[in-house]
Amino acid sequence: MNETSEHTDLNRREFLTRSAATAGVALAPGVMLYSVAQARPADEPVSSAVRWGLLIDSNKCASGCSDCVSACERENGWGTGSTDETHSDATQKAQWIRKVEVKNTETGHAFTLPMMCQHCENPPCADVCPTGASFRRDDGIVLVDKHICIGCRYCMMACPYKARSFVHETLTDQKPYAPRGKGTVEACTLCVHRVDAGDSPACVEACTAENHNAMLFGDLNDPESPIAKTVATYATTQIRADLNLNPGVRYQGI
Amino acid sequence: MTCFANLKRSLTVLATVALLGASAPGGAADSGIPMPSFMEPQGTQCVEDTDFMRRNHMEVILDHRDKTMHEGIRTKKHSLKECINCHAADYQGDEKAREQHFCVSCHQYTAAQPDCFQCHSLKPEQPGAAR
Amino acid sequence: MKHITYRELPGRSGYYGLLGALALVVLMGFGAFLFMEHHGHYVTGMNNQVVWGTPHVFAVFLIVAASGVLNMASIGSVFGKSMYKPLGRMAGLLAITLLMGGLTVLVLDLGHPDRLIVAMTHYNFKSIFAWNIFLYTGFMAIVAVYLWSMMERRMNPYSKPMGFLAFVWRLMLTTGTGSIFGFLVARQGYDAAVMAPMFIAMSFSFGLAIFLLVLRAMEGGFGWELGGMALKRYKNLLGVFIAATLYFVALMHLTNLYATEHHGVEAFILMNGGIYTFLFWVGFVLVGSLLPLGLLYHPATGGSRTWIVVASVLVLVGALALVYVIIIGGQAYPLVLFPGMEVSSSFNDGVVNSYAPSLPEVVLGVGGIALALALAMVAMRVLRFIPETMSDEAMQQYLEASKH
Repeated sequence: MNETSEHTDLNRREFLTRSAATAGVALAPGVMLYSVAQARPADEPVSSAVRWGLLIDSNKCASGCSDCVSACERENGWGTGSTDETHSDATQKAQWIRKVEVKNTETGHAFTLPMMCQHCENPPCADVCPTGASFRRDDGIVLVDKHICIGCRYCMMACPYKARSFVHETLTDQKPYAPRGKGTVEACTLCVHRVDAGDSPACVEACTAENHNAMLFGDLNDPESPIAKTVATYATTQIRADLNLNPGVRYQGI
Repeated sequence: MTCFANLKRSLTVLATVALLGASAPGGAADSGIPMPSFMEPQGTQCVEDTDFMRRNHMEVILDHRDKTMHEGIRTKKHSLKECINCHAADYQGDEKAREQHFCVSCHQYTAAQPDCFQCHSLKPEQPGAAR
Repeated sequence: MKHITYRELPGRSGYYGLLGALALVVLMGFGAFLFMEHHGHYVTGMNNQVVWGTPHVFAVFLIVAASGVLNMASIGSVFGKSMYKPLGRMAGLLAITLLMGGLTVLVLDLGHPDRLIVAMTHYNFKSIFAWNIFLYTGFMAIVAVYLWSMMERRMNPYSKPMGFLAFVWRLMLTTGTGSIFGFLVARQGYDAAVMAPMFIAMSFSFGLAIFLLVLRAMEGGFGWELGGMALKRYKNLLGVFIAATLYFVALMHLTNLYATEHHGVEAFILMNGGIYTFLFWVGFVLVGSLLPLGLLYHPATGGSRTWIVVASVLVLVGALALVYVIIIGGQAYPLVLFPGMEVSSSFNDGVVNSYAPSLPEVVLGVGGIALALALAMVAMRVLRFIPETMSDEAMQQYLEASKH
């Protein structure tokens, strides 16, 4: 668990957060089994009894590491995970998840974290979408129904997290379970196809598999889930909490 | 969804049913009328009657798409992904093989232009990676 | 001229020449649309940071001007100013065609213009965009009936209530257009209620400038007469509207400047934003506001038709500059995820987003303007929208007559 200890001068608070989160992760493997066992039957609609959430511990997230990003690219077929988007320039290519490096220029304190759709309870993208293509599923996952997306991009104007991308050209190399195409807006789906099958998102799986353990996925509504227990015990942060959007993605150590 | 699309669809379905009705798919009919050619499906029986699917597959898929998209219902029976898993092979960029794609060849034949495949992959799921 | 008589545009060669030229521009715009639609938006300057580009600048400009141009009719029917009444029909017509031009540009820029029908069948009633769809279609329907009430004698009694309805509706419409930006809580450059009244002031100014140019074009084109009496009122009114726009723009920036939270975006627009700062100060403030104000009110130029035309053109140049700064500048300034922190990523976090207008975008936008003008020309050729004359003599008689 010390691959993240490149900071040698831990202050007391950081130390505490870090050790606490490590304790939380120790629970994780058992819990993953639990959540697989609880996979919803295929013919049962999602319900608001579940609120999928993601807890990201910035203390364990190494600067320069982009395992979560690569996993998402491979899983969902964008970026290096696809042979498409050869015409789009760097500012036009889709990015469902990205690593953001943050530095406090006054104190010098720096941290890094993955940024993606925050799966808000009150998503501004869904508010502004004229056709209702942007919507929040009952279990809290915010999606774009590309069948009725007209490509107006108003959701991209409204999203505080710049989590969305517009597809600027014809695609042919999509993954069967992750449809995406020209003229529509897309974003992190929280790997909805995996979640519906009882798995955790690809980014979380990769982060755990590489033993970084900076990402914890689960049901925020289930008091027994490790994510619910962690957010109940330790201080977590919502990015742009001032907007009161109640995102499903929370952060620690920022 | 639009009345125009409906009209166009009715016409093409009529034409297709008239042409395909008596003949087996996959080759030229005896009458000399050119027929679409496509690979044989991997299964033995479609999830609904063939006649019904010829006329109504779009409605069936449309209905299922909304349930999957908004309610997370992932039954396999009317899923487009499963249509493709059964009816198509990975053509690996081979244009000749692509023409044998069940959806592609028949839509081409009937001059139907659904926009499903702007986003949905034409390829079946890789074994093992299937979800 | 006790009663105003109306006429069509004369079908001279000049008419067909101009119409042909406009049709060519419309065709080029359509070609630009096909090019963008075929390839996808990668052929434009728009990207995942600046998602709305030049087409939206032209579209918003046209939509805002459309509601503003209707003012000339409203001042006549609702506020009973006789000097404006003869132009009611033309104002109504231009309002409809400018809106059509703007909406066409907006729709043709969609990622899926082929799914326009979806925008009519699926509504999210919480979306200000969806409200606007009703406001736009409603505007065209109401103004069409308003035009009918002005042009059909039996319907004349309804022209005042219809004019009132159209006036109220246009205020709602421009409020809706301004609120597309005003309601964007996440972005530093928007999220301001003052954007709605600011857009209304802008519409007054843009619309009247376009209207003055159309009137002068008719004078030059086929010897139609607009007397100095009427022109003087209109140009003075334009001055008031320019000042009103300046006031609201100043108010918005002053409000932002007061809040430390917004100092970053204000410094960007007003001081170090490069092209955006230039377009704001030189394009909008100097060329688009102060210069035309001077021209319209200075005794040496205020009475000259040529200088009034120059002032109107400058107002429109400034208008495009202002809308460009609002739409593109507002997006070029990075989203603030971590206030006070320095951020960087592979997705342009923390840096000023780049955008350069591409040719197809500009051609599409200009095509929208040409479409609006061409539609108006065709309508004015087939129906009687133009008062026979607005010479001082005729207006004097008309004013006398309308007093009794």
